[in-house]
Formats: sequence, structure tokens, C-alpha cells
Amino acid sequence: MEVAFILEKLILVVIIFVITLVIAMYSTLAERKIAGFMQDRYGPDRAGIFGLLQPLCDGGKFFFKEEIIPAGAHKTLFVIGPVIAIITACISSAVIPWGQNLTIGDQVITLQVADVNIGVLYIFGVIALGVYGIMLGGWASNNKFSLMGAIRAASQSISYEIPMGLSLIALLMVTGNLSIGDIVANQSGFNWNIWVQPLGFLIFIVCAFAECNRVPFDLPECETELVGGYHTEYSSMKLGLYMFSEYINMFVSSALMAALYFGGYNFPFMYDLGLSENWITIIGTLVFFLKIFGFIFFFMWIRWTLPRFRYDQLMNLGWKMLIPLAIANIVLTGIITIVVDTYFK
Amino acid sequence: MESLSNRKKVIEQRPMNFWERIYLPAIARGLSITIKHFFKKIPTVKYPEQIRPYSKNFRGQHSLKRDELGRERCTACGLCALSCPAEAITMTSAERKKGEEELYREEKYASVYEINMLRCIFCGLCEEACPKEAIYLDGPHVTADYLRKDFIYGKDKLVEPKFDITKLAQ
Amino acid sequence: MSIFYFVAFLSIFFALMTIFTKNPVHSVLYLVITFFTFTVHYILLNAQFLAVVNFIVYMGAIMVLFLFVLMLLNLNKDTEPMKSTIVKIMGTVAGMCLLVTFLGAFRVIEVNNEAITPHANIGLVKNLGQVLFKDFLLPFELSSILLLTAMVGAVLLAKKDTNKA
Repeated sequence: MEVAFILEKLILVVIIFVITLVIAMYSTLAERKIAGFMQDRYGPDRAGIFGLLQPLCDGGKFFFKEEIIPAGAHKTLFVIGPVIAIITACISSAVIPWGQNLTIGDQVITLQVADVNIGVLYIFGVIALGVYGIMLGGWASNNKFSLMGAIRAASQSISYEIPMGLSLIALLMVTGNLSIGDIVANQSGFNWNIWVQPLGFLIFIVCAFAECNRVPFDLPECETELVGGYHTEYSSMKLGLYMFSEYINMFVSSALMAALYFGGYNFPFMYDLGLSENWITIIGTLVFFLKIFGFIFFFMWIRWTLPRFRYDQLMNLGWKMLIPLAIANIVLTGIITIVVDTYFK
Repeated sequence: MESLSNRKKVIEQRPMNFWERIYLPAIARGLSITIKHFFKKIPTVKYPEQIRPYSKNFRGQHSLKRDELGRERCTACGLCALSCPAEAITMTSAERKKGEEELYREEKYASVYEINMLRCIFCGLCEEACPKEAIYLDGPHVTADYLRKDFIYGKDKLVEPKFDITKLAQ
Repeated sequence: MSIFYFVAFLSIFFALMTIFTKNPVHSVLYLVITFFTFTVHYILLNAQFLAVVNFIVYMGAIMVLFLFVLMLLNLNKDTEPMKSTIVKIMGTVAGMCLLVTFLGAFRVIEVNNEAITPHANIGLVKNLGQVLFKDFLLPFELSSILLLTAMVGAVLLAKKDTNKA
């Protein structure tokens, strides 16, 4: 490995890390703003113009709040819980391709930290790991509500990983590739995977909501039943880390949906406009972020529209609806692929 | 039984059909409702910067009035304190000395005049009781404070500032 | 090579910790770390697919279920039944027998230091798929039928018997 390569990747990692944190920070503001507008009010608008400094105020508040560790809590695990949550949230963005190659002089820079040839599975594994943060935090709090939240989170995440994986298998049958970089590259122009996998996308987005613990599947932290769910006993920045990891997860899953189903950095007529390579890359990256913001908005839009599911409804939806649907989707995809390959080529 | 008012609504309870069961059309409808609200005009009044017009007979903080020469009108007769249903007003009267004629209009004046704003119910009976037209509830809202003792407003807060009648007429 | 020894040391260390900790939840967590070191081993062998599958299935699903059950059980010293001396002695004897068997087995196995790697990319998804669906198709399908049977059995067990009760 040469130094330039490591340096390039390091800079890219830092940039993506900063962007992720900033987006997570401003997602909190966006959430409150969108909630406000959907309820015919303004939302926070006192700190700075349009309330743009509100996330900084919230962060500062988190840092200066008193840190309380309950007497009966398991101290080590109580601290490790939020750490795991935030780390797993952050490392999942490593395999997402943020754009095409950027050529500066004779240096070609790939806007992707690691093009692992099993990128989809990597993300899947990291998501599966994320539940440990919630489980450990909830168990270590030594509180019934926290434990209930943790157990709900665990069973929910395991239940929804299955249809999510199955919907991805159908996608992989179409793309024939496990690397996210190649999957996105194959969707150039307007050949997005959503056109061939609409049902798969529907299953995937429902599972993404469940994996992110977002409304209508936010049962691990549902305040009407469990006080605060798994983070009932958390205060100060440890609570902040949990909140942050939730928003980072939302960002990453938005990016994943945009990359897998909505063409990532590809946009219609990208090669017909006569732009230079670098301009296509830059515009593509912007388009990608636009898609991500669209999905984040959709997450929040759903949150302020739908009521929370009951737990048995959640499990019924996961096991009795989504899994059969996902399997049917796989079979359907297989049949269509064979028919198209034999008769239309 | 026959319904008399004709307002009775019979609710039909039938099993959900396919579209209702897959829940997606209902979600789409809900989303369309929320997005409609997203673009609606927001009725919020941003208070300190934007103030809604008050009613003409709004009763706010009291002010003790001066006459056209700038003298305090109050003569400490105590009718306001007597009429006050909340017992919010107290005063101490004093006799006007020689040379104070440009300060006080009557021969007797209130040396101390206090209203407890925590007791006051802003009913306006003091205003009606006053024979000298010395007290009016024409001020702004009484603001919040941290200590109880700060809600007892003395003459320093109640007496209106001196003004020049000739300039005011313009 | 030094990375291998380091990771191997870690896996043995955490495996031992899994056995020796008193708290069952700690035990499971050490087991999770042990599985993580296995994942690192797979990556060192360039078996990426196995690594990730190990990661997803063992760390992400099975261990979560273990933890899930342990959290519900609320095990601690008070609820642990006292074991009699005979049980302890029998346990020791059985353990020793196992150890002796292992030692005997290891002595029989010839030490083969040659690295058996037909080609370095055998662990990648494509090659693995080729091997599984061409050379080992029958065992692969058989094992999937076995899993399916287990699943059907689990569903049957979980289903309430409507005739009774």
C-alpha cells in the first residue's frame, strides 16, 4: 500500500464521518421542523435563523447534563451499550458508493471507502450487530421497562432481518452481484432497480423502518407503554449517543435504499448532456444526497402520519405477511428472469 | 325503534376488504393529509416580535395618571382600595406641603401607593370607583417575575411618566 | 503471521473467559467476541463470504437469541441449584475422559503443514457458489431439506393443539 492511497482513503473516511454526523445532527432539527409544519406550527425557530443553531444547543445541553448511572446498573455494560450503538451506526457507511471516480490531475479518486465484493452482506451484518447496543443498554439499566424495550428490540430486529434479507436476495438475483459499487454502477441512467423490484423495495423499506426502530415500529422505545424503552435510565450524552445512532441509522438506511433501488449517484440522461467526467461525478453525488434527503424526509413524513403498531401486529406483519411475500417475490423474480432470458434474448 | 331526530347514523361493521387489509391505500391517504398540512399557512403569531391587536377595552397594568400640568391626580381617598374585590391595593396618604403644588393636584396625596399584582384580578372596579380619574388599567401585560416581593408594584412603576401636553396634542 | 497468532490468542482467551465467568450474560458476550475473532480468522484466510455469514448468523442472530433468553431467565446465584459432590466428581471424571480422548485423537492425526489452497480466491462468493452447486449439490440440497424439516417441526411444536384443551 502506498501512502497516497491510505491518505486518500483516510481523508474520505473523515469527510464521510463528518457529513454523517452533521446530517444526523440536522436530522434532529429537520424532524422537529417537519413535525411542526405537519401540525401547522413552526417548530424550533429561536436559536439562530430558522432554528439552525438548535442542534448545537441540544448537543451542548446533552454534554452539560448530569450523568446518572443507576445504583443497580451494571456499570461497564451500561457505558458500553451506547458506544456499540454509535460505532455500529457509523461503520456501516463504509461500503456505500457516494459517487463515481473523481480525476484530479492524473490521480483517480474513488468516492467509496471500501468496495468490498460482499458489501450488501457487510451492511447486513453491521445492522445485525447494532441491536447489541440496545440490548446491552437495556439489560444493564436494571429496569423492567428498559429490559422490555431491549427484548422488543432484539426480537423485532431478528424478525425483520429475515424478510429484509429475502428481499435483498431477489435484488441480487437481478443484479448478479454482491458489491454495492457494482450494483449502483449497473443502474446507470434511468435503469434503476426499483423498476424491476417494486415489491422487493416495498418489503425492504418496511424492514428498514423496523430495523431503525422508527415509527410505526418504534416499540423498543414507545413512551406510552415503556416510559422510554431501552433508554429509560440514560441521561446526558449517553442518551445523546443513542439518539444520534438512531438518526445515523436512518441516514445510512436512506443511503442504502437510494443506492440499491434508486440508482445511487445515477440520474437520467447523465451521459447525454455532454458534461465532463468530473462534473458528472459531482452532480451524481449531489443527486445521491438529494435522494437520501428525500428518503429521510419520507421517514419523518411517515413518523408524523402513522400511529404505532401493536406488538402482535408487528410480529404478524413480519412473519405472516412479509416473509411469505418476500419468498413469493424471489420465486417470481426467478421465473421472470428465466422467461426473459430464454424468450426475449 | 323509530328514530325521532333522524340524526342517528347506523355504522356498518363488515370485514375489511382486500384493499383495506393491505393497509397501503390507507397509508397513502394519511400521507396525503399530512403533506397537505405541510404546505398550509401557519396560524402561529410569533409573540414578542409580532403582537396581535388588542381589544379596545383590554385591561392591563394600572397606571396612575397625571393632569395636563403634569401633577398626580390621585388624592388618596381610598375608594379604589375599598372597591377592590381582591384586596390588592393599599396606600398611605399625606398632606401636600407648601411648594409642592406643581407635583400634586389635590391637597391630599398618596405618599405610598401599592398594588399587589399577584392578587389583582384586573376587573377594573378601581377604575370605575375613582372620582378623580386617576387610575386606569391601560398598560401592557404584567410580566412574570422570580420573587413574590417583586410583584408588589409601587408608585415608581405605576405613576405614568411626565409628558408635555402641547406635544401630545399634535 | 503475527496477526494470526495475535487473533488466535484472543480467540482462545475469550473462549476461556466464556467458560470461566460466573455471570451468564458476560459468558454470552465473551462468546460473541470469540465469534468475532473467528470472523477475523476467516478474513485472514480470504474467505470473505464465510466471514460475513459467520458474522450475520452467529453474532447477529444466534447470539442475540441466546442473550434474549438469558435476559428473560434472570439467572443468578440464588436461583442456581446446589450441585452435590457426586455430580461434581462425575463431571470431573467425564471432562478428563474427554481430554484424554482428544489427546489420543490429536496424536493419531498426522501434522500436515502444507497449505491446501487450490487458489487463493476460493472463499469468494462466486467460487463458493460454483463449488456448492456443482461439486457438492447433493449434500447441499440434503442439508437444506434437513433444515426445512427442522423448521416444519418447530412450527408444529409451536402450534397450539386445538383438539386438546
